[in-house]
Amino acid sequence: MVEGSAAPPLFRRGPTPLAILGFYIMLSASLFVLDMRFGALEFLRQGISVVSDPLQYAAQTPMRLAVEGHAYLRALEEAEDEIERLKTDKLAIAPELNRLQHLESENAELREILALNQRETISGQAANVLRAARDPFVRRVYVDKGLKDGITAGQPVIDEKGVVGQITRAFLLSSELTLLTDKNLAVPVQIQRTGQRSVAFGLGNGQMELRYMPTSADIVVGDILHTSGLDDVYPAGFQVAEVTLVTGDSSNAFAHIIAEPLASAESRSVVMILNVKKSLPLEEEADNPDSR
Amino acid sequence: MQTPSNYSRRILRPAHPWFIALSLFIALLLNMLSTGQWLFMPDWVMLTLCFWNMREGRTMKMRSSFFLGLVMDVANGAALGQHALAYVLVGYTAGSISRRMFWFSLTRQTLLMLPLFLSVTALQIFIRLMAGETFPGWGLFISPVITALLWPPASLLLLLPQYQPEERDENRPIL
Repeated sequence: MVEGSAAPPLFRRGPTPLAILGFYIMLSASLFVLDMRFGALEFLRQGISVVSDPLQYAAQTPMRLAVEGHAYLRALEEAEDEIERLKTDKLAIAPELNRLQHLESENAELREILALNQRETISGQAANVLRAARDPFVRRVYVDKGLKDGITAGQPVIDEKGVVGQITRAFLLSSELTLLTDKNLAVPVQIQRTGQRSVAFGLGNGQMELRYMPTSADIVVGDILHTSGLDDVYPAGFQVAEVTLVTGDSSNAFAHIIAEPLASAESRSVVMILNVKKSLPLEEEADNPDSR
Repeated sequence: MQTPSNYSRRILRPAHPWFIALSLFIALLLNMLSTGQWLFMPDWVMLTLCFWNMREGRTMKMRSSFFLGLVMDVANGAALGQHALAYVLVGYTAGSISRRMFWFSLTRQTLLMLPLFLSVTALQIFIRLMAGETFPGWGLFISPVITALLWPPASLLLLLPQYQPEERDENRPIL
């Protein structure tokens, strides 16, 4: 052997543990950058989720059965009352509904006369919220509809009170729903009372913020924000949040406006994933339909 | 002078590979419970990996830590590589300090595991903050403390099968 080199080992032992550790540190770091910075590892996530999804489902089954069994027994008692109440409610809103149909047809005619775009009718599919993401850094939940039901990333999600969020990843059997309050989500909104447009950003702590509104803006606590439909993701007219705090001082050009989302999917519930007919994307944005 | 935990009249049988795999699988299921946003939940997989890397450093491969980490990343919806890096580091450290650790009692071992779990958790938080996330709360640092407190019961539980003698012999009792 060449002088200065180590003596040949008696047993082949492969690379030292430190070398293997170095290799795995480099590998995790590169995975991390590729995933967080470029979002380029969705295929790997899809592959692993085929294994991890059924495991999670199995792990959560005992708890779910207990909760559902309890809820079922209670629901049986409540169902009778509920049916009665719904019957009377239905009667009560029947005249309103008739009027609404009349108004809708009238509205359609008027819009035709004015040569405005027709408001498309919106369909969707209901999905159950399976669980909240365990990662404490994000506000996400998982729902039980996935690629096999035709769900794709980017679809908006609502419940009976208003917008809940947006589908950000679709797996085979489930999909990841990022809530409005996640730090990475923003919704173009309109103030219902004044018609002024703005963008609501999630704060990551259960609230939303309207940024870049001048201190002179006409906005008061209690104002309802609804989607403006400008982004072609959320259809116009769905309620989003209620303004809970407005502070502005003259030293700052922008007012500090906090809003509380009306819908909440963090507790177990049923949500509606909307199928929105996408208008043709602009050429620049065609490559990047993801809102991130 | 306290009694070191490796000083014992008991003779340990080697851990069965299937028992190692089973315990890791159960830890994975425990980690996947729908505990939502409870920040203080212990990391069962980290605890079990740490134990096996310390006891059975020769059989444990670093790639098993890595792949368990990747599965946890996808299951949690965390950044890919976050748990993988943490588990590989814990596994390596546990393996390299094992010869010293067994001279301490379980209580002292717990005290020594705490900084390891704390620093790995801090590393995970640091990585996410670097990526631009907001800090979710100090409850995150309670989780490694609870994980460390679970060290003595987990050690006793995971050592149980190794204490069972192959055949009971009245003349040569293995206690």
